[in-house]
Amino acid sequence: MREGAPDPELYDFQRYRARKPFAWPGGKKVAVWISPNLEYYEIDPPANPHRKSWAKPHPDVVGYAHRDHANRVGHWRMADVMSKHGFPGSVSLSVALCQHHPDVVADANARGWEFFSHGIYNTRYSYGMDERQERAIIEDSIRTVREATGQTIRGWLAPALTHTPRTLDLIAEYGMDYTCDLYHDDQPFPVKVAKGKLISMPYSLEVNDHYGFFIYNMSPREYAQTLIRQYERLAAEESGTVMCIPLHSYLIGQPHRIGPFEEVFRHIASDDRAWITRAGDIADAWHAVQEGAQ
Amino acid sequence: MSLDPSYLEYAKRALGYDHALYPYSPLPRRAPLAWPNGRRVAVWFTVSLEWFPIVPSDKPFRAPGHMQTAYPDYRHYTSREYGTRVGFYRLLDAFDKVGAKVSVAVNGAIATRYPQIMADIAAAGHEIIAHSTDMNGTIASTLPVEEERALIAQSLNTLEAATGQRPRGWHSIARSQSFATADLLKEAGLDYCVDWVNDEMPYAFNNGLVSIPLNHELSDRQIINVQQQSVDSYAQQVLDAHDWLSAEAQAQGGGRMLPLHITPYIIGLPYRMDAFEGLLAELAARPDTWFARGGDIFDAFAANQG
Repeated sequence: MREGAPDPELYDFQRYRARKPFAWPGGKKVAVWISPNLEYYEIDPPANPHRKSWAKPHPDVVGYAHRDHANRVGHWRMADVMSKHGFPGSVSLSVALCQHHPDVVADANARGWEFFSHGIYNTRYSYGMDERQERAIIEDSIRTVREATGQTIRGWLAPALTHTPRTLDLIAEYGMDYTCDLYHDDQPFPVKVAKGKLISMPYSLEVNDHYGFFIYNMSPREYAQTLIRQYERLAAEESGTVMCIPLHSYLIGQPHRIGPFEEVFRHIASDDRAWITRAGDIADAWHAVQEGAQ
Repeated sequence: MSLDPSYLEYAKRALGYDHALYPYSPLPRRAPLAWPNGRRVAVWFTVSLEWFPIVPSDKPFRAPGHMQTAYPDYRHYTSREYGTRVGFYRLLDAFDKVGAKVSVAVNGAIATRYPQIMADIAAAGHEIIAHSTDMNGTIASTLPVEEERALIAQSLNTLEAATGQRPRGWHSIARSQSFATADLLKEAGLDYCVDWVNDEMPYAFNNGLVSIPLNHELSDRQIINVQQQSVDSYAQQVLDAHDWLSAEAQAQGGGRMLPLHITPYIIGLPYRMDAFEGLLAELAARPDTWFARGGDIFDAFAANQG
């Protein structure tokens, strides 16, 4: 990025109108990927001068316990519903979960899910890190996920969405293919980085379960309808769009939400315009189309 | 300026939790826990019965639902009292109609101010859970441990004096605890606390205190007040949860728990009661429903632990 400039110059402007349409593998119109956030929040993390970890003095019982529900209950319920309808996950992982609850990570790996890094903990923020410190968390992420799963991470979603001006340059330098931190488009697009190649993978704050339930205060049934409408619109537009459904199992895995939510999977799985896939596969297909077109 | 190097040290990054309160245990890999008579869903109502002094305390923090305007805040003081005088009696009648026994989380001050309520709760066969002293009795790690110990003792002693029975369960205001709370509750002789929302079945803390998680997201406060949804949507969400839990219990064996935390000054309003009574009737009509009190759930869990 251009640090300090009013326009950070992360990417070129390209209007939505008159783009060249392209198809995903199998002639599908919309690539659908599910992003479970598998996270670990610390009960008593050290303070970052730029942001508090918890709204209350530690221990924040509700905050901590609600996140813990994910690893004890929510993950297992959410993952079973995903597997039942044929949806793999692309995991936004607090990599320290590999140490704390390896069962959860092994379960996701055994289901054929892909992992990318969401930092070490969701209670350690990148704000204020110098380059050496930021390299340390990237190298830690690559090493930790490789040791736990055998996979080499290809993407990044900054821990708790906290960045530095050099984050995108660094992850590209370490060979990552995509960032989930930019929300400017419904299609992948190249990101300007110092070295290497990086694309922006459409993620979503707007249809994230957290936004659905706690920003827009939707009921579970309204949230399911929202996702179906989002899907229907993207599938009806010119091809080559991406729909991401980011989830937190401590939210979607609650008993009053998972039943209505299952309708979303039923709807998309029964529609032949959907390419149900993982983020890394979308990156590969996008490169193949772009490079084939040149 | 870079961050202090200690910010990248992770002293507790190891197998299990970053604390020693309770062990890790994923629910679906735990032995199934069966409820009496093979019922699949323990529907557990906890009603909060609270007294908000019109002079709020902010130490260690002001309770949710407390006074909001400049003194004297008649609006909020009397609205909360409406819940205790009127809304709670609507709830007692509604529970009676379907034969549901419930837990009532009571501030000690309710017992000394309104002893008739205690008698009415006991006569209906409901259980009393200790819920601090009054709504100024909040707990957090900034409260000195001796003050916290005294607050717990005062709450329990007041309720015991009023009812002749020492409560077995504890509910902190806003579920807020200090790092000492679990040990203080155990030391005070309590069987269980309901503050932690990390599970959907009872489990034991390392110190022997049992945690019976009272879901906070499916409460009337969260859905109606915080998320501004209708009482009809609230009822729908409870039934959706019941459907799911019943199917899950059938598939995985044992039972599941459906905790419902409600507030008389929210759900007990005239225009919400029809929907709530309809919900109760539907829950009662389902053959897999077991209306349980916290103590009943504790007993089933303890018997299972053998």
